[in-house]
This record gives sequence, structure tokens and C-alpha cells, in this order.
Amino acid sequence: MTKSFPGVLANDHVNLSIASGEIHALLGENGAGKSTLVKMIYGILRPDQGQIKWKGNTVEITNPAFARSLGVAMVFQHFSLFDSLTVFENIVLGMDASTDTSKLRSEIEDISTRYGLPLDANRHVYTLSVGERQRIEIIRCLLQHPSLLVMDEPTSVLTPQEVEKLFETLNRLADEGMAILYISHKLDEIKALCHHATILRGGKVVDSVQVETETPSSLAAKMMGESLATSNLGQQGEPGEIRLQVSGLGVLAMDEFSIPLKNITFEVRSGEILGVAGVAGNGQDELLKALSGETLTADLSAIQIDGKPCGGKGPNARRMLGMSTIPEERLGHGAVPGMSLVDNGLLTAFQRLEFLTGGFIVRGASELFAQEVVHRFNVKSHGIEAVASSLSGGNLQKFIVGREICQKPELLVVSQPTWGVDAGAAQTIHEALRQLASEGTAVVVISQDLDELMKISDRIAAICAGELSQTYSAADVTIEQIGLMMAGAHSVGEITEKVNAI
Amino acid sequence: MDILIPTLLTIITAATPLLYAAIGEMISEKAGVLNLGVEGMMLLGAVCGFATVHFTGSATLAILAGFLAGAGLSIIFAVLVLGFQSSQVATGLALTIFGIGLSALLGQNLVGIAYDGLPKITIPFLYDIPVLGPLLFNHDILVYGSIVLVVAVAWFLNHTRPGLILRAVGNSHDAAHAIGYHVLRIRFFAILFGGGMAGLAGAYLSLAYSPLWIENMSAGRGWIALALVVFATWRPWRVLIGAYLFGGITILQLHAQALGIGVPSQVMSMLPYIATIVVLVLISRDRNKIRLNAPACIGKPFHPTS
Repeated sequence: MTKSFPGVLANDHVNLSIASGEIHALLGENGAGKSTLVKMIYGILRPDQGQIKWKGNTVEITNPAFARSLGVAMVFQHFSLFDSLTVFENIVLGMDASTDTSKLRSEIEDISTRYGLPLDANRHVYTLSVGERQRIEIIRCLLQHPSLLVMDEPTSVLTPQEVEKLFETLNRLADEGMAILYISHKLDEIKALCHHATILRGGKVVDSVQVETETPSSLAAKMMGESLATSNLGQQGEPGEIRLQVSGLGVLAMDEFSIPLKNITFEVRSGEILGVAGVAGNGQDELLKALSGETLTADLSAIQIDGKPCGGKGPNARRMLGMSTIPEERLGHGAVPGMSLVDNGLLTAFQRLEFLTGGFIVRGASELFAQEVVHRFNVKSHGIEAVASSLSGGNLQKFIVGREICQKPELLVVSQPTWGVDAGAAQTIHEALRQLASEGTAVVVISQDLDELMKISDRIAAICAGELSQTYSAADVTIEQIGLMMAGAHSVGEITEKVNAI
Repeated sequence: MDILIPTLLTIITAATPLLYAAIGEMISEKAGVLNLGVEGMMLLGAVCGFATVHFTGSATLAILAGFLAGAGLSIIFAVLVLGFQSSQVATGLALTIFGIGLSALLGQNLVGIAYDGLPKITIPFLYDIPVLGPLLFNHDILVYGSIVLVVAVAWFLNHTRPGLILRAVGNSHDAAHAIGYHVLRIRFFAILFGGGMAGLAGAYLSLAYSPLWIENMSAGRGWIALALVVFATWRPWRVLIGAYLFGGITILQLHAQALGIGVPSQVMSMLPYIATIVVLVLISRDRNKIRLNAPACIGKPFHPTS
């Protein structure tokens, strides 16, 4: 199967086969093409090339209704539920028009007792917990008596207890002969649940393995890529004094989709780069927001910049202390989509570079600044007056990263610095970060790309479920060890225990 | 009693156009589309209805023309909003301004012409009931139709599968799309229905309420209908109650003037809007109530590709 979107080849000749009674894992990092693949299986997207064989016959799945009629059911990562409707109404909507709704109620009851999925059909969805909402999705699928159940990262929003219950249900379904395609990047889950795994990276199948014979670390290595660049850009000189001190940082979850941060402690010294590894959705966004000042912390001294407590200071105040942050989301968070590059440059640089005099914008200086960024980072755009949203993702990323680097911050926190940029540009950004560090800036790089972290970091830690592991010198850890820390081990000692347990 | 029955009869006639326009708009909003063009569609319905009855003499054709005119204008809105993803608010406002201008242009030569009004249909036997008979069972077809409409729409929304799908699309178009419903197609028909009903409301004004054509004769009723939908928290039975309440206020205001009661007429004209604001404040206090009734996707454009 092949599917391309403008600018990306999301799926490049992907092969996959699933037998009945099998729980098959589809494993890969964010953007590896997992969701694209299952959307084609469920008929939401059409493949550019390739074919799907269903029980031996070639089929063309043109829409979800047809997929359902074949016996394919899907539980979405973000539930497709209607808040203001009742559980029953939501289930009816997922059924084909020919279903007899009068019998449906007893059928729902039947399935919910048989598989241990308690649910009150008359309640409105908005009153339910996330786990209960997922039950609706599952029941909705089971009512169609599917022979293939696709689950897109089903546990990303569940509590551990809910996960345990879900696994029981899935195992029972597999025992009854249902094929389950389970998409996840949580290695321990796959190890616990799945029989077989297909690993995607960059839109390609890199391996297809029996889970039994693998360890979480070997799976991690396959998922992240084994070709580790050894060319560490190198630590130049001894790190200086502590720039950023984070001690016991805790942030409560803002809503049901965010991850609470627990007792995060680390420090970054001037002249060094700290890499924070982690699989997406383990608290990276929340960590960045807490560091940037978008989320304030009750404990004012949980975050200290140059020894000054900053927990209660907003982004501008922290910027004045010499800190810059680059969020992962480019449009809408890192840049204002509808504003020109000049204005976007002005927005974060105006204080430190003094683009205002008496409240008026100094046009010339901010234009020069934008020019400098565009030139130094080779940003391809229709001039500096081009609006941010007109740039390609990679070029905008170069501009945003460049904008902060050109301000010469004393402390830089950057999330996914090279996400979606080509290899050459990534190299430019890496070198610029490294150079910044050598000039005495303390840098924190939050990234899912382990190659990148191994290449530029002096020290590495991993974040998992909102908790940060100990930090290690990049020269002393292996990719397997980081992989395990990303799966929840807190230290190398614990890794050995885990490996022995497996 | 001699004053009461005529007053109540005028309240019914004042409420009927509000009811049509508001029920139509409610369906459109339930599907997630805010159409601020109600006033414009009403006016076009009014002028087309009146022109048809003037040139053909057929009331049936006139009613049909009113419906088609409103629906036709709403197609422009649907194409812009659904096809080109233009802003619903701006497009709706433009539609109203366009409708006011177009209806004035079409109706240039119709001003000052009289028409007898839609024929009354007297229901035998029931009409003989004292007091209630003359009050309830001697109306034109559109008044009876408006009540049937409320019943039908309430039943459609709450007891049929298409009604459920319509509510679902307005609640979360992404979820509806993921399950495999055609969001844009469903919204198109909802807009069309809303336009048709606004057209009927206009036709009622020029054919029955004050059977003649004058420029801008809807006089803000389209906006009252919009307020009415919110006032009724998107529920058909409350739209019925609200329409008669707002209709009643309009009539009372006229009577108050005639009787020389010292309330400025402007204050009375404000009442429907004040009532709406009060209701909005009251329902905003309870987040769950809003979640339960208000279409969550209202006003948001839908991109089927993502």
C-alpha cells in the first residue's frame, strides 16, 4: 500500500497481514504512517497504490460503511462520539440503517455483560469518564460482529486499571477468533498483549516480528532506527554554572488529554545540551509549557533561572531573564499563521532586541532581524513579508528555530527542533544549537528522535508518563537503555532488573 | 370578550411567520450551520409569493413560490459556506443585505397593490365550539401548517434516524465524518430546509399577515426568529411557545399604543431581544444544559479532507 500527501510519502509500499485470533501490533513513532495505514483499511483514505485482500479476495474499500459491511471495525484514538447524545443514540449512529433498533438495547446489554464492559445506555456521553467512553466505542464495534477490530492507540487516555480491563476484553475477543490490529508505541503494552508486530518507520515497514522473541529494547531499537549516528558533535569544554534548575516540578493535568508532570528534577549548565527523550504524549508538551511559563507552578522555586525562582513568572518575564522556548506546534503556537515573518520575529524578539521605542515598533530593526534569520537559516519564502502559514512546515521550522537562536538566549528550551525539516536543514539547526552551547548557552532539547539526541546532547534523560528519568552522559548510555527509560524505567539499575524480569 | 378574541387572533397571525422562520433556522443550526440570512430569505419569499399571486391569482402557487425563493437564496449561502468554507457569519449577513436589495428591486412595481389574503379554511363542527371554535378553527392553510410543522420537526428530531444523524452532525462533524456520514450533504439539506421555511414565513407576511408588498416589510422579524431559536434552546416545542410569546409582545405593543399606555413602543420592541439575552444568561450558568441542547459545531466550517 502506498499513500502520499503533499510533501510526504506517508506509506511507502507497506505490507501487512493478520490472521484471525491474532493480536497484531502496529508499532511506530509519531508520523511513521500508522494512522494513515489504518485509515486506508477502514476506508477513510484511499490508497494511491496497492491492494487489500479480505479473506482471500481483493477488495476496494471505498468508505467506512463498506469497511463495516466487510467486518472491519475501528476504535478511534480520539473517540468519534457525540457529547450531547445518549450512549444508546451514539451506538445507533454507528450502526447501519438496516439495524433493528428495538432489539439493539438487549444486544448492548448482552455484550456489555459478556465482555465485562458495564455501561448505562441512557446516560449522556458528556457525563462519562474517558474509559467509559471507550467502552461505547468498543461495544459499538462489537455489535457489528466484526472479524477485524482496529484499535488506534486505545490506551493513551486510559488509567492503568482501565488498561488492564481492556486487555482482558481484547484477549477474550482474540480467543474467540477475532483478529485485532493494535496500534501503539507503548512497548510494554505490546509485549504484554500482542502476538505479532509490524514496525513502521518513516512510512516503511522496517520489520515484522514475533513479539515473544523480542524484548522491549529490541523493539525500541527497531522503532527508532538502528543506524545510530556516532558523529557526536561533541562536548566542547567543561559546562559552566547552573542556568536552569528544575526541582520537584509537578503540574496537574489540565484536562483529560494532558499528562500530569510528577516530581521532575534536572539542571542544565551553561554550555551544555540536555536531551529529553520520550515517546510523544508522555508529558513533553506539558513540560515545555511549564518551562516556558505558559503554565505557572504553585511552587515558585520549582523552576529557577540563574538561581531566581521563576515558577510564577510568565513567558515574557522569563524571556527577559534570557530564556527562549520553541514549542513543537509550529502554526498557532510557535508562530501566528496569518502574520508575516517580520511580525512573527518581532513577537518574541522585541524585548530582548529592543524593537520598541516608546511603545512604537521600530520597523527597520525588526525587518533587519527577520532578514538575518531568513538568510542564516536559508528559509525559503517569498520574502520577509510572506505570512507564516504560506511557508512549508520545514521552512517555518527553520525560521522559528532561527528566530530564537539569533536572539542569543542564555537558556534555550526547544521541542522537536528538526521535526519535518530535510536532512540538510536539520544539520544546520543541529550545528547552530551546538554553536549556541559552545558560546555558553544552556540548551534543553526535547525530542522523539533518538538519533538527533545522541548526536547533539551532552546528557540525556527520558520522559515517560510525566516522569523524568535520571540523566546520563550521552557517551555512557546505549540506545536500548534509553529505549527502556522511555518505556518507564527510571535508571540504568532499574533497566537491568526489567531485562532480567523479561 | 369582544376585544379578546380578535386580539388573540392577531397574536396567532403575528406568531406564525416567526414560527416558520425559527423552525427552519433551528434545523439549520441543529446541523451546525448558523444562517444569519433569515431576514433576506424572508423578504425574497415575501416578494416572490406576492408577485405570484398577483400575476397568476393562485394562492397555492404563491406559497410554493415563497418556499422556493427562500430555498433558492439559501443555495447561494450553502455553496459559499459549505463549498468554499466562507465564514458563516459574514456570508449570512451578506445574504440578508442581498435579500433586502433584491426583494426591493423585484417588488418595485408591486407596491400599493392590494390582495384579499389567503382564504380561510373553516373546519366544520369544531368551528361551532363557542369561543375556541372561531379562535382555533378558522385560519388559512399556513397557520394550520405551522402547527403541523412543529409536531413533525419535533418527531423528526427525536424519533427518527435521519433526525438523530442531523443532531449528530451538528454536535461533532468530525465524529460524524469518521463514522461515515456525509456531513456536507446533510448540512446542505438542512440549509435548504431553513431557507424554504424562511421563504414561507415571508410569503405568509405578504399573503396573509398584511396582504400587500412593501419594501423591507419583514421589519426585523428574521432577527427575532434567530433570537427565538436561542431563546428556545434549540427545542421545537419551546420555539412554538416562544413564537407565540414574541408574537404576543408585538401585538400587545400595538394595542398599548392604541390605548395610550405610557410605555414607549421602542421598549416593547426591545422585549424579545431582552428576553433572549436573559435566557442566554440563564442557560450559560449551567454548562451541561448548553452541552445537551446547543449544537457544539455551530458556525464551524468543516473540511472533509482532514
